[in-house]
Amino acid sequence: MGYVALRWLFFLLIVKPFLLLAVGVNVRCRDRLPGAGPALIVANHNSHLDTLVLMALLPLRLLPRVRPAASAEYFFGNRWRAWFATRVIGIIPVAAGGGRSHAEVLGPVREALAAGDIVIFFPEGTRGEPEKLGKLRSGIIWLVQQAPNLPIYPVRLHGLGKVLPKGDWLPVPFFCDAWVGEPLYWNGDRRQFLAALAASLGGGEGDGILGGVSPEG
Amino acid sequence: MSMTLTDPLIVILGGVWALLVLATAVVWRLAPAPDSELRQRIRSWWLIVALCSLALTFSRTAALLFFGLVSFLALKEYLTLIPTRQTDRRVLFWAYLSIPAQYYWIGVEWYGMFIIFIPVYLFLLLPVAMVLTGETQGYLRAAGTLHWGLMSMVFSLSHLAYLLVLPQGEYPQISGPGLALFLLVLTELNDVAQYCWGKLLGRHKISPAVSPNKTVEGFVGGVLTTVLLAALLAPWLTPFTRLDALLAGALIAVAGFFGDLSLSALKRDLGIKDSGSLLPGHGGILDRVDSLTYTAPLFFHFTRYFYF
Repeated sequence: MGYVALRWLFFLLIVKPFLLLAVGVNVRCRDRLPGAGPALIVANHNSHLDTLVLMALLPLRLLPRVRPAASAEYFFGNRWRAWFATRVIGIIPVAAGGGRSHAEVLGPVREALAAGDIVIFFPEGTRGEPEKLGKLRSGIIWLVQQAPNLPIYPVRLHGLGKVLPKGDWLPVPFFCDAWVGEPLYWNGDRRQFLAALAASLGGGEGDGILGGVSPEG
Repeated sequence: MSMTLTDPLIVILGGVWALLVLATAVVWRLAPAPDSELRQRIRSWWLIVALCSLALTFSRTAALLFFGLVSFLALKEYLTLIPTRQTDRRVLFWAYLSIPAQYYWIGVEWYGMFIIFIPVYLFLLLPVAMVLTGETQGYLRAAGTLHWGLMSMVFSLSHLAYLLVLPQGEYPQISGPGLALFLLVLTELNDVAQYCWGKLLGRHKISPAVSPNKTVEGFVGGVLTTVLLAALLAPWLTPFTRLDALLAGALIAVAGFFGDLSLSALKRDLGIKDSGSLLPGHGGILDRVDSLTYTAPLFFHFTRYFYF
């Protein structure tokens, strides 16, 4: 339980001030986010910061119950990173690839949801190019089929891939946007569900977040 | 800084707060919808006036930190809006670091460095950093747009802060924060006055291609209002003669108008309406500091040339 205090301190003293000052995230429709688990938060993925932003969007009291699903291969790459990822952030390690079945790979995620946790999940599977939604992988379908009544909260993130892109370690300040969509539910139709999810995550629209043209003032 | 209630700075700040209360009362009558743009604007004004009052009265360091933060937010908003190259990430990082440096020169009153650091050294050095990345595609646009942003959001705005440390010379009764307040109040009220006169009497569009809401009537009304206000405030906050006060008012009114127009042209070029959503009702921070990027350096040099 000592690690929960560490996580609180990390978010309160480092993540929140950093996101407020160095980044500046404009959040829209934050009130749509869940107040309790179990729930699945899904987002487009361009940056390591995505996970921190999504965790910081939720109230601090929920922090112990928030679990981001993240690549075991990457985060267990060295001991320090593994300690930080599992203890401070509280990731659910997901070991994708190698011909493993969905049940093998995503089993721990299903268990976390069954235990009432709020799980953060990136359906693209990996960080892609900034502001381009990659192909949604089939893992999300398997996951929502396991819990048909689970609310799925899509969050569209914009700009974080510019602040800290894949393969770089130096964050450069830019304003970012996070938009929380209406919760989705599994409806049995795979194509329709994926299309609705992709639309909520900004697929196909590119820079869809900024407003229209007509300068004034 | 020791202050009393009869300190001119405190008196004028009191006037600003009184005006804000009055404006709030009027707007709450005019715009009954709780989330109307006008009401959001007034709410943001409360925040702006509170922060500026604190910065100007607390200490010089607090004021420099506050104005440095404004430069940072403005530059960040600018760099978020314009297209940037991913290869320039490190260069942009250095550009941000110029902000603490520029405000440090002000803190130590090193005028020579303050006035050439960005226009000369950064103008030459940041493109060198870009060249060293080896990417020539879009080089001129990247170097040009970055320098435009630094000149407007850091160099120009920092002139407001340099007013705080102008050596007092033969005017011991004039304080730096007072001069900064004079510039801030006139610049912002000029914006408001041009808007109000335009709404009341506006007929003839002054620059329809850039900003369709600007009218000749709004502009003239704004200039007259600002010149009048300058004449009223100058004896409290500045060493200006009556004529110079009128000139300073006209300078701020005209410069503010063009600063506003310049940012409108930039937004039109980029195809966006509001620059951001940091201040509800105001668009972003750029929409609030656009006029200042023109008024601050021009007013500063007017004051410094004739008086300090």
